[in-house]
Amino acid sequence: MPIRRILIANRGEIAVRIIRTCNALGIDTVLAVSEADRDSLGARMAGRTLCIGPARPADSYLRIETIVQAALGSGCDAIHPGYGFLSERAALAQMCEEEGVIFIGPTAAQIEAVGDKLRARAEAVAADVPVAPGGPVESPQDARTLAEQIGAPLLVKAVGGGGGRGMKLVEDLNDLAATMDMASAEAGAAFGDSRVYLERYVAQGRHIEVQLLGDGAGNVIHLGERDCSVQRRYQKLIEETPAPNLPEPIRAAMHRAAVSFAARLNYRGAGTVEFLYDVARAQFYFLEMNARIQVEHPVTEAVTGVDLVAEQIAIANGESLRLKQSDIRINGAAIECRVNAEDPARGFMPSPGRVSTAHWPEGDGIRVDTHIVDDAKIPPFYDSMIGKVIAYGATRDEARTRLIAALGATRIEGVATNLAFQSELLADADFAAGGVDTGFLARRLARETAPEKV
Amino acid sequence: MSLTAKDVEEIMKLLEASSFDRLALEIDGVKLELERGGAPARPRATPAAPPAPPVPPAPAQAARKSSEAGLVEVRSPLLGIFYRAPKPGEPPFVEVGSTVSEDTVIGIVEVMKLMNSVPASVAGEVVEILGGNGELVEHGEVLMLVRPEA
Repeated sequence: MPIRRILIANRGEIAVRIIRTCNALGIDTVLAVSEADRDSLGARMAGRTLCIGPARPADSYLRIETIVQAALGSGCDAIHPGYGFLSERAALAQMCEEEGVIFIGPTAAQIEAVGDKLRARAEAVAADVPVAPGGPVESPQDARTLAEQIGAPLLVKAVGGGGGRGMKLVEDLNDLAATMDMASAEAGAAFGDSRVYLERYVAQGRHIEVQLLGDGAGNVIHLGERDCSVQRRYQKLIEETPAPNLPEPIRAAMHRAAVSFAARLNYRGAGTVEFLYDVARAQFYFLEMNARIQVEHPVTEAVTGVDLVAEQIAIANGESLRLKQSDIRINGAAIECRVNAEDPARGFMPSPGRVSTAHWPEGDGIRVDTHIVDDAKIPPFYDSMIGKVIAYGATRDEARTRLIAALGATRIEGVATNLAFQSELLADADFAAGGVDTGFLARRLARETAPEKV
Repeated sequence: MSLTAKDVEEIMKLLEASSFDRLALEIDGVKLELERGGAPARPRATPAAPPAPPVPPAPAQAARKSSEAGLVEVRSPLLGIFYRAPKPGEPPFVEVGSTVSEDTVIGIVEVMKLMNSVPASVAGEVVEILGGNGELVEHGEVLMLVRPEA
């Protein structure tokens, strides 16, 4: 039975993005909105909006029962969770399975398999996907033995963490026991799961991830990789594809590893396997799998010509994979900048408020995904991303040059943004050369704030 | 056996006296689910879930007829399916013309089989009923208009 009406359980630019594809496919949309988002661009574009609760996410966007009830009550046959919020909550996928609503994403069991970092690590090992040296420990003696094998520095990671949360660095093995105790207590409080494990710390690493589509029956294809190494406190700022200056055998091996990881799980839908590429050792390690559409998916769309949201819907429809691996061709290069309402001059403090003027760029190879128009409100309850500017070019340098020009042509008034900061990063000599590691931004910021040497 | 109204009342008292927010009970096929909160007033609940409603074709908020000034809107505290009666076939909690006090239950909003009672939160007379029985209502949707007591 084809999907005719989709409830979108998200907000912001991704809600707008999903509505666009639904409109193109002739699928009705119902957008779940909080009180703060009643007048958002998505609310104006959707076929129908339903207010699901107050502004605070815990009272609206994170309420599983309300979301499912909204879908059932408005005649939706499917729910698209977007990214963040409930997108990787197995309980939503589970309730959808029980209520006969199609969850546009993986199965609840698959979300659970990849949501638990230790279990995902074990799945990676079973799929012959390289993981960083390390693993779970049973006792302090165990920990000491394993830590000595790994060598310092190493990371203590929370099983329930991810996306950079729940990690602690141990530089001296004498601090191991104390750090583990603290990490375990913090993990228990933050994630409701106090289990931790040890892993090698990679001093100079690049974050490279592989985009996948799976049919749920063991067939998985990849759509190339994305390099997301420009990060501030594990928050990605600039993403691009292909990963620049990556040895071709490494690139190919990453693609294969990602596909075999997901194929082993009979993964269904769009997903991303993240790797850490250890530049010094020329090795890559499995980090985690994200069981959803990602913020940075447009760069992949730009170089492949594939509408990933449309493919998600087709897979959810049970249409299997419409694309074969041989159909996927990577043409040119694409770079995405996240535009955030935050003030780089004030420690990247969020800058919510009302946007008086929003002028987004246009031009050859430029795509803008945003929900921000003149007079749009940026509520303080949600993340500060107000849009993404994506530039495509025949070469990386063409994409980069176009993106710099596009950011220069963007005018957002009424709130502070990171536009100028992002333009500087794109013009940085190291970034222009390609292949910076995840420490690039922190080093640059440290240089800027360091006192001038005489 | 089946639950009598008195049984339900007893169980509600147990829940109210307990430190729990939610209670689910199944006896001989009779399912009872009670939840504290959801509505600003004292928690209330009703036995027996009404049958699943047919999927409505995206009803818009009913246009109100009353143009009288000073009417108080009774809004749905959450998104769900609105029921005007405790059970199918039973008389509605209130009708136009009914006198309500602040804690009078004017309807139920179901969220995935959990019944949340909606109190009037105002004392006065029901002038108009906007929420359709068995239909999806939004968070904050106006269910009724009440002329407050002078």
